[in-house]
This record gives sequence, structure tokens and C-alpha cells, in this order.
Amino acid sequence: MSRQTSTRWSSGLGLLALAAVPLAVLGVFFVLPVAGMVGRGFFTSGSFDPVGVLEILGRGQVRRVLWFTLWASTAATAVTVVLGVPVTFVLHRLRLPGRRVLRAFVVMPFVMPTVVVGVAFRTLVASSGPLGRWHLDGTPVAIIAAMVFFNLAVVVRTVGALWGGLDRRREEAAAALGASPVQVLRTVTLPALMPGIVSAASVVFLFCASSFGVVLTLGGLRYSTVETEIYLLTTQFLDLRAASALSVLQLVVVCALLYVAQRTRTAQEQVLDRAGHRHTTRRPCARDWPVLSVTAGVLAFLAAPLVTLVARSLQVDGGWSLQSYRALTTTGPGGALLVTASQALANSWRVAVDATLLAMLLGVLVSVVVSRRPRAPLERRGLAVLDALFMLPLGVSAVTVGFGFLVTLDRPPLDLRSSVLLVPIAQAMVALPLVVRTLSPVLRSVDPRQRQAAASLGASPLRVLVTVDLPTLWRPLLAATGFAFAVSLGEFGATSFLVRPDRPTLPVVIYQLVSRPGEQSFGMAMAASVVLGTVTVAAMGLVERVRIGSLGTL
Amino acid sequence: MLTVRDLTVRFDDADTAAVDHVSLDLPAGDVLAVLGPSGSGKSTLLRAVAGLEPLQTGSVAYDGHDLAGCPTHKRGFALMFQDGQLFPHQTVAGNVGYALRLRRARSAEVAHKVEELLELVGLPGFGARNTTALSGGERQRVALARALAVEPRLLLLDEPLSALDRGLRERLAHDLRDILVAAGTTALLVTHDQEEAFAVADRMALMRSGRLVQAGTVGQVWRAPADPEAARFLGYATVLVGAAAARVLEAGGGGSDVGQGLALRRSALRVGPAGPLHGRVLAARITPGAVRLSVDVEGVGEVHAVGDLEAAPPAVGNDVHLVPDLTRAARLGDPGPAPGTP
Repeated sequence: MSRQTSTRWSSGLGLLALAAVPLAVLGVFFVLPVAGMVGRGFFTSGSFDPVGVLEILGRGQVRRVLWFTLWASTAATAVTVVLGVPVTFVLHRLRLPGRRVLRAFVVMPFVMPTVVVGVAFRTLVASSGPLGRWHLDGTPVAIIAAMVFFNLAVVVRTVGALWGGLDRRREEAAAALGASPVQVLRTVTLPALMPGIVSAASVVFLFCASSFGVVLTLGGLRYSTVETEIYLLTTQFLDLRAASALSVLQLVVVCALLYVAQRTRTAQEQVLDRAGHRHTTRRPCARDWPVLSVTAGVLAFLAAPLVTLVARSLQVDGGWSLQSYRALTTTGPGGALLVTASQALANSWRVAVDATLLAMLLGVLVSVVVSRRPRAPLERRGLAVLDALFMLPLGVSAVTVGFGFLVTLDRPPLDLRSSVLLVPIAQAMVALPLVVRTLSPVLRSVDPRQRQAAASLGASPLRVLVTVDLPTLWRPLLAATGFAFAVSLGEFGATSFLVRPDRPTLPVVIYQLVSRPGEQSFGMAMAASVVLGTVTVAAMGLVERVRIGSLGTL
Repeated sequence: MLTVRDLTVRFDDADTAAVDHVSLDLPAGDVLAVLGPSGSGKSTLLRAVAGLEPLQTGSVAYDGHDLAGCPTHKRGFALMFQDGQLFPHQTVAGNVGYALRLRRARSAEVAHKVEELLELVGLPGFGARNTTALSGGERQRVALARALAVEPRLLLLDEPLSALDRGLRERLAHDLRDILVAAGTTALLVTHDQEEAFAVADRMALMRSGRLVQAGTVGQVWRAPADPEAARFLGYATVLVGAAAARVLEAGGGGSDVGQGLALRRSALRVGPAGPLHGRVLAARITPGAVRLSVDVEGVGEVHAVGDLEAAPPAVGNDVHLVPDLTRAARLGDPGPAPGTP
């Protein structure tokens, strides 16, 4: 008995030791900056002043920003779910030729760098673009469309993971009991999918409400979300108190939403008892035409900005030309940039490699810890808290993190303002939750009895790791690496705060080019966007190649 | 009355048809078991009858009305799967009353009917329970109650007891039979377990590789399996053809007409001192009640046989004499009485 207790203790301590490194990193590079920034909101010249926060939140401009964030995100979430569910059905329930390629295509926008998507939508709706006559440039419609563009992948993957495993025979049993197709949908299918839909919707809302790059490139100065407002307040108006107040508000909302998502996710895992392929899909038939046409429309909607972007980047003054691409080796019209776009790409690449290494190192440690299944309820609760803690960077806005870095890591012993590691660390924090979300479900899915069987056949612990865990893990490891790399390449929110002016990354350069007037600058921005998008998608291509449903568990 | 004519179902990714030109009749009030090994197409046949698989050829009709173009939910059949497929977001009562609520029955009426059905399947008072808290046998009982709630013209059962352990399966098979008879339900049962088929059904149809091998009453099929494979699948231990079959038949006093062959249950050959067949024991295994033997019989080959436990049980290598009991044998493809009966 006492021996058992002591081994349990030592295994608990072992886990704690494993968790110590990522916890310390998270503490210094996430909790500390965010807390520092929150502190700034609540303390005025050294004294606690919560009323000041309320006063700031009551300002007209702040109220407008909050209102816009709320309604635009709600509208985008609603549209995403309404369009996403039929697309999910077609891609995960029908035996459609080429559905793997289509699934990969739907996921692609999610990893697109936000500034690239912003530029692509600008190209589409600009007065000279294909949709120019509808005058959508600078309207909420363009912003909401771009949000939907990004987040359809979340709905398709989250709901698809659930729907793809839902046994068709449950619906057939209902049909045989006399339920019409609509009744089957209402009484059997939707209740089973509801956890996935709620979870996806809350994540989509989170992403919409904290979207930064898209709003900054599409909203101009007229439309601002909480996220862009924090950026503008900090960089343009130097009103750090107001920025802090907004960050605090965002933090609270995000935590609440993450909690909801987490709750529904556990519910979903309980319900999910997966059925084989034969029992989940069927051939498409004539009465599927409404969902098939919605899907075709959505695919066209996803393709349009990208096709327009590529086509426009190859045109100068109405004729075909590679001039915009050649300009990438210059510092832009009139030498407006400090470095050439190609140098910026090289910077991005180096930063992304560092950030990916860091994110993978921490991510693997965290995943190993949170995927254990301890028997003691206290330990289990501890792990759940840990799991949620490492998810926080997913929801806390990148701008808040970047801003927090600036206000807390600026004095000894943590003066990192001039360190080249500052940007990779911030990006690793942003990528960490995605790495953990990719790895931990797979680690959890390895049946402990497989390890026990291997051990009973004489395998040493190392050999168990190599022969049991690694064969199932290498694909997710590769996928997570590609994912982290893609996220890091496109990261804009935190980077825009932290990057040194003489070492910008490509997304930062693209934003600089977009904010400048003139055809030439915009041409260069488009060319740079195509290059960045291509590199990102190529990195992310690994994820789809190794075919795992990583996004499904976000 | 269910009439299936010349039914073929083919999947796009398979070379051969899953169900190959099958015709069947099921009179009202009868229970028909479609028996076949896994992959024989029996479940696909059931799904086609339910309207869940498109037919390539043939027709399904009920009481003379062709059901082509009639969707599943309008056929008035109910379907019960191997794993129940209960709706996890509803309670037991919610599941059982599902079809009644679809028909907009009054809630008092639904509650009354649900209680009645739960009583029938042996789960009184289970209504408020959560489906996830049920055992495998209870889940199947709830699934059965849910299916019976619609008072289906035809109840389709897809391996209803296969997921259960042996003891429970036997008990539930008899309960199922009693419930179906009590409710007067016409039922089509699909199974790979011949004991389940014998326990539940009045009629039996054997399927293999998508084709119907044999159909008839349970007794007809049992007394005259269509071919050696059918006989083995039904549970006959030894199947003999040609001279070997003739030798056993003669030794048992059953004449010399072996037809297409002879199927023997294990107990059709019993060790006895004056037995007309003799051979050498190849293997012996003691089971409750008897010794199971594998014997190499002169002029016949290897057969299964039994010996008494009371006498000194024969051991491997012993020479033994065997007495044939033709009442425990069947002539293949012959619908007449057992070969040994006078």
C-alpha cells in the first residue's frame, strides 16, 4: 500500500518535472507579459483603479469598436456555420470523387497568413477588381467575407471529425421507424452533431473577434475590432491604459469562450464512438443537389480571392508581366522599405525555423504530460487545468502577447527588447496550443494495453517508445511541425509589435506595402503575398499529405 | 406477405454482386432467418428490403404492392441493428417512444405505450434511465421495444443478438421468439449463428456469396442441407460423399442410395463394442457428458464420433468400433425423412 502510494507520488513528481520547463517558459513568456499588461489597465500611477477601466470602456469610440467586433463576429460565425454544415456533409458523408483534394482545399485558407488573405480580398473587391462595381472595398461585408473564408475550415474539420464517425445506421434506424429525412436530421443527426457545432462556433467566434491582420488590411481606419484598436491605441495614439483595458476585456471574453469550447469538447469525446467507413458514407444521389450546389458555391468563394490574387500579381498596367515579382528584390518604389522583400522572406524563414523548434520542443513535453491518464482525481484535475492553461495562447490575442512583451520584458534581468529570440519566442507561444492539440489526442489514443503488451513481450521502456508510440506519433509530429511552421510564417499580430525595423518578416513588409498608396506598392504586396502563401501552403501541405485530422480537435 | 424477386445489389467498389438474384417469400406472422457466414450478403439483403440500398435488378413487394420508389420511412418496417443504435441523447423512454412522438401521439398515450412495451421486453420501470448506463442485453431489449412501438408490418433484425455473450444470447433468443409470437410480428432475421436461427425462426434461408443456397421451414433445411458446405454451416460435424457415405449408410442399415452425400452429427457415430465400423483414434477430448473423438475409419476416412465417459474412455492410438445412428444424420439435398427412419 505505502509502496503503491510512493510510486504514484514519484510518477506524479516525474510528470511535474516534465511539465516544469514548459510551465516556466509559459510563465515568463505568456503569463508575465499578459499579467503585466493587465496590471497596466488597472493601476494608475501606482494605485489600483478599476473605475478607470470602466470609464475607458464607456468611451464612444471604444463602444463603437466593441459593438462592431460583436456584430461582425456574430454575423461571420453564423454565416460560417450555415455554409459549413452542408459542406461538411458533402465532404465527409458522401462518396464524392476527389473528396480528399477538396477537403485539403477547404482547410488551406485556415493556414493562409492573415495579411495575404487581406490583400487577396482587397484585390477582389477593389474598384478595379472583379467585384469592383459592388463597392465593397472598406465595408464590413468584405471583412465578414474574409472571416468566413478563414474559418470555414474550422467548422468543416471539427464537425467533420464528428459526422465522419457517426454511424449511418443510427439515422437508418430512425428512418425505418418512420422518420422523414427532415425529421431524421432534426431528431437524430443534429443532436449528435450539436457538441461539434457549438464547439466549432465558439472557436470561430473567438478567431473572428480576435482577427487582426484581415481587419487591419481590409477595414482601413473606418472599421476596427478590439484587436486592431489595441494595436492602434498602442502604436498610433500611445494610449497604453486604454489598450490594456481593452485587452483585459478581451481576456475575460476569451476565457469564457474557451471554457464553453472545452466543455462541449469533452461532451463530444464521450459521444464519439466511431464507426467504420462503410457505415458512414454513401453515394451521392439526385436529392443531394441542394447541398451539392451550396458546396460548389462555397468552393468557388474560397477559390475566387486566391485566383484573383495570383492573376493580378501577374499584371501591370493591364498587361501580363513579372515586374511585381522582380520588384521583390528591391526596397520598393522610392526605396520606401528598409530591406528588400526577399530579405524579409529570408528573415521570416529563419524566425519560423527557430519558432518551430521551440514550439515543438515545448509542445511535445506538454503533450506527453497532459495525455497521461492518472487515476487519482486530484491529479486528473491538475492535468485538466494544465491542459487549459496551455490552450490560453490560442485565444489570447497575439497583439496582447506582443504588447505584453513590450511592457514587461524591457528591464533586467529580462531585457529582451534587442534579442533576436524575442520574435521566435512570441511566435512559438502562438503556435504552442496548435502543436499540443495535434499531438495530445494521438498520444491519448494509444491504448495503454498496447504498451503493456509490448512490455510483457520483453520490450524495455525505450523499446516500447520506439515500437509502440513512435509509429503512431511520427505522422502527427510531422503534421504539427508543418502546422507550427505555417503559423509562424504568417504570424502578424505579435510580430508587428516586436519586430525590429531593420529585420522585418514578410507579413510585416506586406502590410507596409499595402498601407502605402500607389499601384506599384500594391503590385509588390500582391506578389509578396503569392510567395508567402505558396511557402505556407507548401509547409502545411505536409499536414494533409500525412492525413491526420489535427484541426478536428482544436 | 413479403415477396422478394430476383433481387441484386452491387457496390461500386466490388467486382461481384453483394446480393445475387435472390428470391424469397415470407408469409405474414412468420419469422424467417437468413443464415450465412459474414460477407455472404445477408445484411445487404436486409438493407435492400428496408429500402436502404438501391436495387440493381429485381423487386421487393409487400402484400402485392411493389415498394420501388417507396422511401424507407414510408415502408412501415422497423429495423433493429446488432448494436442497437439507440439514440444516446435520449432516455430509454425517449428511445422507445420515438416513433410514437413522430406520429404526434398524445404524451399520456406515449407514456402508457412505452411502459407496456418495456414490460413486454422485460425491462419494466427502465424508462427514465440513460441509454449509456445499460448493459448489452438491456440495450438490445430497448432497441426491440423501440422497433415494436411502430407495430411494424415487418420487423427487420440485423444480427440482433450477436454482440452478446453466449449465455445471454441463448436466453434472449428464446425471449425474442416469445415476444415476436406474442406480438404476432412478421420478422426477417439475419444471423451467422445457426443456434440463434433455430431458436427464433419458423423458416430459414441459407445464403452464401450473395446467393440463396436453400430455403424452407427450419425442419426442412435441417433435415436436408442442400450441399456439404450448407451442412457444415448448419452444425453437422462430418460430411461424407460417394463410397465413404455409402459405407456408413450400409453399416447403419440405411440402404445404398446416398444421393449427393451424407451429413453426420457428431453423435451419429458412437463407440460400441459390436459396431460395424472400425478405425483408429486420432484425437480424443473430454467434454461434459461425452468424449469427442476423431477417428480414422477404414474405407471412410476421418470422421467425428463420441464415446461414453463411464466406460474407460478411448485414448489416441486405440482401435475402436463405431455404431452409426442414422436418425442423427441427413441426406444432402433430400427433403424426405431422415435416412434411418423406417
